Amino acid sequence: MNAGIRSGSGFAPRTTLPVVEAIATRGGLLILAVALFVFLTLPLATLLMRSVEDRAGQFVGLINFVDYLGSAAFTRSAGNTLAFATLTTAITVPFAFVFAYAIQRSCIPFKGLWRGIALLPILAPSLLAAISFIYLFGNQGWLKFVLGALGVETIYGMAGMVLAMSFSSFPHAVMILLAGLALADGRLYEAADSMATSNRRKFLTITLPGARYGLISAAMVVFTMAVSEFGVPKVIGGNTSVLAIDIYKQVIGQQNFQVGAVVGIVLLLPVLAAFVVDSAVRKRNQSLLTARSVPYSPRPDRGRDLVLLIYVVGVSIALLLVIGMAVFGSFVKVWPYNLSFTLHHYTYGFEEAGVDNAWLNSVVMALWCALAGAALTFAGAYWLEKTRGADWLRPPIQLQAMTPTAVPGLVLGIGYILFFNHPANPLGFLYGTMTILVLSTIVHFYSSSHLTAVTALKQLDSEFESVSASLKVPFYKTFWRVTVPVCLPAIADIGRYYFVNAMTTISAVVFLYSPRTMLASISIVQLDEAGAVGAAAAMATLIVVTSAGVSVIFFAVEWWLARRTQAWRRHSI
Amino acid sequence: MATAALLLEGIHKAFGGFVALDSIDLEIHAGELVCFLGPSGCGKTTLLRIIAGLETQTRGRVLQNGRDVSRAPPAARDYGIVFQSYALFPNLSVRSNVAYGLVNRRKGRAQIDARVKELLSLVGLPDSGEKFPGQCSGGQQQRVALARALATAPSLLLLDEPLSALDAKERDRLRGEVRQLQRRLRVTTIMVTHDQEEALSMSDRVVVMNRGRIEQIGAPLQVYEQPATPFVADFLGKVNVLNAVSLGGGRYRVGTIELATSANGAAAGESVRLYLRPEDRVLADSGPVESMPNACRGRVQHVDFLGTYCLAQLEVDAFQGQSLLIYFSLNQSHELGVRDGASITFALRGERVRVFAPGE
Repeated sequence: MNAGIRSGSGFAPRTTLPVVEAIATRGGLLILAVALFVFLTLPLATLLMRSVEDRAGQFVGLINFVDYLGSAAFTRSAGNTLAFATLTTAITVPFAFVFAYAIQRSCIPFKGLWRGIALLPILAPSLLAAISFIYLFGNQGWLKFVLGALGVETIYGMAGMVLAMSFSSFPHAVMILLAGLALADGRLYEAADSMATSNRRKFLTITLPGARYGLISAAMVVFTMAVSEFGVPKVIGGNTSVLAIDIYKQVIGQQNFQVGAVVGIVLLLPVLAAFVVDSAVRKRNQSLLTARSVPYSPRPDRGRDLVLLIYVVGVSIALLLVIGMAVFGSFVKVWPYNLSFTLHHYTYGFEEAGVDNAWLNSVVMALWCALAGAALTFAGAYWLEKTRGADWLRPPIQLQAMTPTAVPGLVLGIGYILFFNHPANPLGFLYGTMTILVLSTIVHFYSSSHLTAVTALKQLDSEFESVSASLKVPFYKTFWRVTVPVCLPAIADIGRYYFVNAMTTISAVVFLYSPRTMLASISIVQLDEAGAVGAAAAMATLIVVTSAGVSVIFFAVEWWLARRTQAWRRHSI
Repeated sequence: MATAALLLEGIHKAFGGFVALDSIDLEIHAGELVCFLGPSGCGKTTLLRIIAGLETQTRGRVLQNGRDVSRAPPAARDYGIVFQSYALFPNLSVRSNVAYGLVNRRKGRAQIDARVKELLSLVGLPDSGEKFPGQCSGGQQQRVALARALATAPSLLLLDEPLSALDAKERDRLRGEVRQLQRRLRVTTIMVTHDQEEALSMSDRVVVMNRGRIEQIGAPLQVYEQPATPFVADFLGKVNVLNAVSLGGGRYRVGTIELATSANGAAAGESVRLYLRPEDRVLADSGPVESMPNACRGRVQHVDFLGTYCLAQLEVDAFQGQSLLIYFSLNQSHELGVRDGASITFALRGERVRVFAPGE
């Protein structure tokens, strides 16, 4: 009888299957490796090469570096960049820490609301904050007297840059710190209580060490954002030169690609340093929680909760004020003299500057990034995590997948120009098209999306593929039937992340757009340069509304997907 | 009479509608080691946390050395605690962990150093002060947690399943060490455990708990040999349960035979259950069992080999379908030929039989 089952004709092993699977496995990995190589590594390699050539393309060694690093312009820009990034980090991280602490470790009401408000700046381009601070503290600003009282001469310069950058980077720091403060071992606090420990000592010996990695990580992210920020110094920096502006001037203004490449590489160094520090710290960050730990949950404490609530409300109002200011400014005729309502900035304002196609271009590009980005990123992560064979391809893919974190958008953008604009490049036809904007944006934001996908995939039992192999089901069927449905919320999340970032990003695409593919975020810089601050505010408002609206749609879809495909997550208790 | 080291009066704890503890009264004497033993969810950990002030009882009083600490915060009570997870501060060295409570008391530096050194050698880790908890084995972490709990010389030591995270060998070793240390320091100790072997081997008294109530309090031997309730009989070790009818005067009929016992509480004609442990039998290697009282004959159904012992399931015809678990030492099982299908004669020890009503 047993023999009968074993030799049942319908269950005979299909010998063709492994061959097809092997091709699919290796093929998928190879495509991923080649794509990353062409659209990430080659542009960066071109950048490196051009930095050691002269204008005619002759190898000149490190002369470009020596010239640039020895110049007074460099000393000034490097100093400003360092001061800008350090001040922004020193302001943002403590503010974000107290905010996240209030949400995770106290009993204040409406935590969801405060968290939502804190994350709002993500939906806005960093330029929005710069415009708002000009409205508030600029030459015609409402609150200009505050600057005078503080002894700051003008908002145009370091003060404005740091303020606007702190606003833009705040949600990123808050997100990291919320995660860093989310889990704590409640038993540690109880052990401390049993030894009559003061609140101060508990904070210093348990809370702060527990959040140490989150703090370092948040500081590195904020520092990196500020170092590579282009829009904020451009709009509110006045005469303060920073490295990011220097690159732009060299490449776009003077077509001096060699020096642009040199500045790009110089810019890469602090970001790379931050990246190395962060990964070193992450590696040491073994889980402080064991299976036997009991999660900490805060108990009400009226005094502490009241103080933290006042703080959280204060910060939330400040954040809303900054966004609200730009929105308000976009609807008034002439700030601050004629405050009557108008839609003028949204219509003639755009037309006049020739950027009336920018918003639609941005939406189209963001949609492509969301769809193609989510599909490609997830498929790539799947091939990397869940297939077997062709192991020599995996380390280079992993390395390349994490590289974009350490590459400022500006550097990536110059790399793209140098590579795709090269006369000998058969891919040169991409230059100036929407496709290259989409590709560069996907690559720019690849690392974080890749990690989201890998995390979601790692939660699946690693034996699904083995089980389906033993059942003689090809892996792609399991992919469609199990893996994709289970991971749909994560895939939607990746799509939303790409969309919002595509709407707000400037740094890489500023080198790659053409008049036909002008983007909303870049048009803000142009409008501001042309003195049309109202129209610039209008464009920033449009971006916020669009990313907010699409985020809401994505959340609705995620909720719907969760109901449709995640029924298995609900426990039957 | 001296005041109790710890006195619990009518402790009641409800979580919403769920009653976790129901009027617990308990007196713990100075210097003794008491185990709270019970299945998970019986309320033993909740009771320990109420004693520690980490949980507040709905009703009832906690008195420590005569002082009412019912509403006192943890810091205002006098105890040291070791958690199941140890809860060692991962970022502090072993030395700083042990010194943690001493620093809070603003002791001098030299004094703290001396005390830490003393404690680390007490728990057998004199050279591990500079290590971090993550670099220590489970057993070492457990010792560090113990040293930390004892550092301030508390009058009460609370242990919440302190050995359950360890592997079997390490657990055995630490059982002895903890007990020795506790005896030497004469510190009143309460230990929560679900491991009956641990409770029986370590404590002076065992508090057996079930569903938020105390089932029995007594010395280990007492609760094992004279379980007060069927739950205690069942929870501690293995037990045979036989349906029987009382014939009065301590005699019971099981199936077709009569058993003579020294438990004569039940009136004649009453249906009862007899509880008898697998080791409460006399075997042929110690005399002619056929002529002993309560002699039975059974056929071996199957044998579980448990190391030094075998546990055999015997079908006793006279019991009419009720089978019996009997222990055999390995030697006995060889000498008496205990194997599947073998016929074995034995006598039940009537003086060990416990009798409970069927509904209990």
